[in-house]
Amino acid sequence: MTPLVELKNISLSFGGVRAVDNVSLDLHPGEVVGLLGHNGAGKSTLIKILAGAYQMDEGEIWIEGKKVNIQSPRDARRHNIETIYQTLALADNLDAPSNLFLGRELTNRFGLVDDAQMEAETRKIMARLNPNFKKISEPVSALSGGQRQSVAIARAVYFNAKILIMDEPTAALGVHESKMVADLIKELKAQGLGIFLISHDTREMLDLCDRVSVMKNGALIGTEKVGDVTEDDILSMIIMGKARDAA
Amino acid sequence: MTDSSTAGTSTRPSAAKPKRSFLTQLEIDTRLLGMIGAFILVCLVFNVLTDGRFLTPRNIFNLTIQTVSVAIMATGMVFVIVTRHIDLSVGAMLATCSAAMAVTQTDLLPKMFGLGLGHPLTPWVAIAVGLVVGAFIGAFQGWLIGYLTIPAFIVTLGGLLIWRNVAWYMTDGQTIGPLDDTFQKFGGINGTVGETWSWVIGIIAVIVALWALWSSRRNKVNHEFPVKPLWAEALVGVVIAVGILGFVAILNAYEVPTARLLREFEARGEVMPDNYTAAYGIPYSVLLLIAIAIGMTVLAKRTRLGRYIFATGGNPDAAELSGINTQLLTVKIFALMGALVALSAVVASARLTNHSNDIGTLDELRVIAAAVIGGTALAGGIGTIHGAILGALIMQSLQSGMAMVGVDAPLQNIVVGAVLVLAVWIDIVYRRRTGGK
Repeated sequence: MTPLVELKNISLSFGGVRAVDNVSLDLHPGEVVGLLGHNGAGKSTLIKILAGAYQMDEGEIWIEGKKVNIQSPRDARRHNIETIYQTLALADNLDAPSNLFLGRELTNRFGLVDDAQMEAETRKIMARLNPNFKKISEPVSALSGGQRQSVAIARAVYFNAKILIMDEPTAALGVHESKMVADLIKELKAQGLGIFLISHDTREMLDLCDRVSVMKNGALIGTEKVGDVTEDDILSMIIMGKARDAA
Repeated sequence: MTDSSTAGTSTRPSAAKPKRSFLTQLEIDTRLLGMIGAFILVCLVFNVLTDGRFLTPRNIFNLTIQTVSVAIMATGMVFVIVTRHIDLSVGAMLATCSAAMAVTQTDLLPKMFGLGLGHPLTPWVAIAVGLVVGAFIGAFQGWLIGYLTIPAFIVTLGGLLIWRNVAWYMTDGQTIGPLDDTFQKFGGINGTVGETWSWVIGIIAVIVALWALWSSRRNKVNHEFPVKPLWAEALVGVVIAVGILGFVAILNAYEVPTARLLREFEARGEVMPDNYTAAYGIPYSVLLLIAIAIGMTVLAKRTRLGRYIFATGGNPDAAELSGINTQLLTVKIFALMGALVALSAVVASARLTNHSNDIGTLDELRVIAAAVIGGTALAGGIGTIHGAILGALIMQSLQSGMAMVGVDAPLQNIVVGAVLVLAVWIDIVYRRRTGGK
């Protein structure tokens, strides 16, 4: 089966620092691949290249068997790649519908933004994802962390993302809200989306992911199926920076 | 306010129906209400201090036309400040636009195309030239800010010096006037629509406003969203209608002095009938401001451009990651600011009937103050067009009220400065109390 995403030999340097060093990864439909590593290991930089926020120096991105050129977040969206960031995702001063449709507003026949239609669509999708979500027309600054995250996830779901990038989606959330996001991830996976997940919580990763890839100092240490490894194996990969077989 | 809380606790219908106060049922922005209250207070205090001379049709008319120039620019400044920028160069840009338009109609057109003052094309060509100059300067500054990432404060601080002196250079520092007669009609008292047309415009405005209210309600009902009670909708409608027609009535109550009417009839070679009176009605400049206010509000609330402006102000990173081209957006915002400055320059120079070298001096501060008093947050993401216009009106009322009372010029500026700081502090406290940003 053709992988949904293939990242081939990706490198990116900032000044003299090789933030991402010759990394290759793939992702299949209905699969969750976790990225683990210390702060500064290059996980976020790598997925930001896929999301179009950074441009790589070397390497290739293939999507569904075709080589693609991603220069901007707009390009990434064109390839059905949606990104959910820990903090950067929402404009606090706007309400949930405006955020959900940001950059892709629905318009009426005069070309004007159709707020009522967007609100109706938001109500529909929120009823499915997070039935407790009531503050539709308030600025998202008034929402809790979990509610904000569900707005970001709703954005990905509404626009039929095939590839979802989640950068620490539960970092700012409480226990119940983290559970809600975890359930959502499982549901999206069951729908056949491919998901790249970044988290510091190793246990959560082993629970949610099919495979985990460990990075250190910009380089890929190794990729393992979660069934084949223990939490300790992963931790030693993160800390020692050595692939399991070599250990 | 009567005690609605006891009624609420005694009956307490159900938890699903929370008690709603009078104001929340009306769905009116309390902040806007506070500003209107402050404005009315200022008017009433000055009316007492001036023995009733402040709230006369004549003074209200003058206040309105004095506010227009700053108010037009303040609507553009809202977008600039909402996206976390600032424009210190608007007063200087106004001078350059005004100089360009004055030179066009008194020098370029007569010499190059033989179109003198009074030719029907002259004012429109001049205004077009002003708009191009303003939009171009704005776009250029926006490009420096957006693409070269020079801070807006620095770019426009430089612009303040540059455009003020470009204007000086273009005119050798001379006052250029008188300007074209039709052009002067945008200045205020020299161009009003008269009594009958004022009523016609007023009534059309009421019909449009009520239709807008009704269609917005119908739209909500169609989508099965909650709507406010019918009595609240009706009350808002009545207030709007009374406000519009009251404003027209006041402007229509200001009658043209008999001496001026006599001159006008003489100029036309007619004899004025006995007991003939005529009112000024709505000035063209005010119509221009209203048109701009409506246009800018639609732009802010109902277009993608407006949505992107507010999203970028709220979270520039999120906007960029959503695929919004924030660099190009900056150019557009500053170009729009420049075009509005050009329209302001039309009004300001037409009101003076000439271009003078110091036109627009310190306007940047008045414009920024109007936007900020009107609730535009310097932290970005928050601001309204109507708020900025009301801010301009409050500033102008203070200034002319103090002048009427006979407060010394330095004290006037001290008070205006203090009011600006006070207004921002009140705004901060208000936002903290209401849990906003």
